[in-house]
Amino acid sequence: MLSYIVRRLLLMIVTLFGVSVAIFLLLRIVPGNIADILFDSAGLIDPAEKQKIVVDLGLDKALPVQYGQWIFGLFRGDLGYSYVSEKPVIDEILPRIPITARLAGLALLFAVCTGVPLGVISAVRQNTGLDYLLRVFSLTGLSMPSFWLGLLILMFFVHYFGTIPIYDRAPATYWAWIQMLVIPAAAVGFRSSALIMRLTRSSMLEVLRQDYVRTARSKGLSERAVTFDHALRNAMLPVITTIGVETAFLMGGLIVTETVFNIPGVARFLVEAIRWRDYPMVQNLVMFIALVVVVVNLIVDLAYMFVDPRIRYGQ
Amino acid sequence: MSEIAYLARRYPLGVGGAIIMTVFVFAAIFAGTVAPLDPFTTNPRASLAPPGGTYLMGADMMGRDVFSRMIHGARISLAVALGATFLGSGFGAALGLSSGYIGGWFDLIVQRIAEIMQSLPLLVMALVITASLGPSLTNTIIAIAIPLIPNVARVIRSNVLSLREMPFVEAAKATGMSEWRIAVVHVLPNTLAPLIVLATAQLGSTILTEASLSFLGLGVPEPWPSWGRMLSESAAEYVQTAPWLVIFPGLAISLVVFGTNLLGDALRDALDPRQQD
Repeated sequence: MLSYIVRRLLLMIVTLFGVSVAIFLLLRIVPGNIADILFDSAGLIDPAEKQKIVVDLGLDKALPVQYGQWIFGLFRGDLGYSYVSEKPVIDEILPRIPITARLAGLALLFAVCTGVPLGVISAVRQNTGLDYLLRVFSLTGLSMPSFWLGLLILMFFVHYFGTIPIYDRAPATYWAWIQMLVIPAAAVGFRSSALIMRLTRSSMLEVLRQDYVRTARSKGLSERAVTFDHALRNAMLPVITTIGVETAFLMGGLIVTETVFNIPGVARFLVEAIRWRDYPMVQNLVMFIALVVVVVNLIVDLAYMFVDPRIRYGQ
Repeated sequence: MSEIAYLARRYPLGVGGAIIMTVFVFAAIFAGTVAPLDPFTTNPRASLAPPGGTYLMGADMMGRDVFSRMIHGARISLAVALGATFLGSGFGAALGLSSGYIGGWFDLIVQRIAEIMQSLPLLVMALVITASLGPSLTNTIIAIAIPLIPNVARVIRSNVLSLREMPFVEAAKATGMSEWRIAVVHVLPNTLAPLIVLATAQLGSTILTEASLSFLGLGVPEPWPSWGRMLSESAAEYVQTAPWLVIFPGLAISLVVFGTNLLGDALRDALDPRQQD
């Protein structure tokens, strides 16, 4: 168990190192750096001034030197300075993390709270009208771009209520806070909800065919006890894995949803940083996203082990 | 004829998906003939014209016909989706086949690289790649294809690993066939079914990724009408004043992805009965 965790942590470090090299090179293989963009947009003409920008930002140094500076800075907690705002990267990123984390948390909560029950209903009522309706509903969820769903909801609210709760940096109460984020969370979580529903359904159908479920039925247990106490528990295992995989997808959805609803979170910030070719910002944001994905996957694998005692890794 | 009737009875939803896809593919191929108006011609007097009359789905700010732009947009969406899926699945399958077949250190390295790539969400990776390569049709295809590779490679690899132990491979070895020929003649054809299922399943997500990239302004550039960009242009300003600019492009994206999903599910049931749900 312990050796398994240690091995996973080591592999995690290798993966993150690979991500750092890949992202660093990817941002530099193509000509056109921040100096060019600043130069063009500010209408500067003097080449000496441009050279000064390049030197100031350290863009004239050899690639390995630039990479080394970044990585060693990372270990010291120094993420460098944003090329655009000239503030420390960490000060730009940190305040945005809780915003995105809350939105993602709320979206996952929404996805699980709707996806699991609907999946169970669909499985228990297999091949009825209700089942078909729910299946088409979930397939629709997987087909709609989350930013379009967001726009539709926006349109609906503005049309019927004349307004929509917009983002506020300091909502007065928890209630105001939830009101503000619940609509974007539902818009981005709908896809995950649909996926979880499909998985819960197929996994429930699989379990309901098992012998021990028949045994439970034949010893006279109520249908409710069979469904919830015997079947659902085991059917949840693959669903837990999906929640891990979904975090990566959710991150993509958050990027567009934060853009639609004008929420100043980390995900939208990545797009802005990419547009500006703000290397330190993009590099660190991508590393952060990779870290989140890798850690969530580790947690899911470990949770899996606790939920299902039959699974023993590394033996 | 009777076969079609059989298929329609057995996989009604799959046939529905196939019909949706056929309509979109037809629109994409014959866009020039099907579209009633030129998608690029601007007309200041028709600016933001509501649906109806000449402009079946209304007109945008510059007075361009939304319906014609949508039909031409099908071309972009499907070209990007098919291009990226072919490219990604092709490279992924080649990598998975060689990784599973050669094994050893090569397999180890491929696995690590796949793991590195999978630790980044599809959209994030596509965003960074387009940002690096610059916006163009080809670059968008490449940017969406690359993140597909590890997924395909992993599935094909695990397939190859189990196929390698099959009696028919052993028999081929006994007849003195070279490893390379066994891989191509005996193992590769047997990975085709899961490959087709996987590729169809990914078609939908490539369309959604292209739409998201274009929506964020980092996808297929002007003057190509892409559904995602049509939405991003209209999103901010016209949600209230011209809802048709928001509704129709999104409907097209959802419908075509819905079609690929239906088709993908039916193909999975038909070709790969082990993963049925």
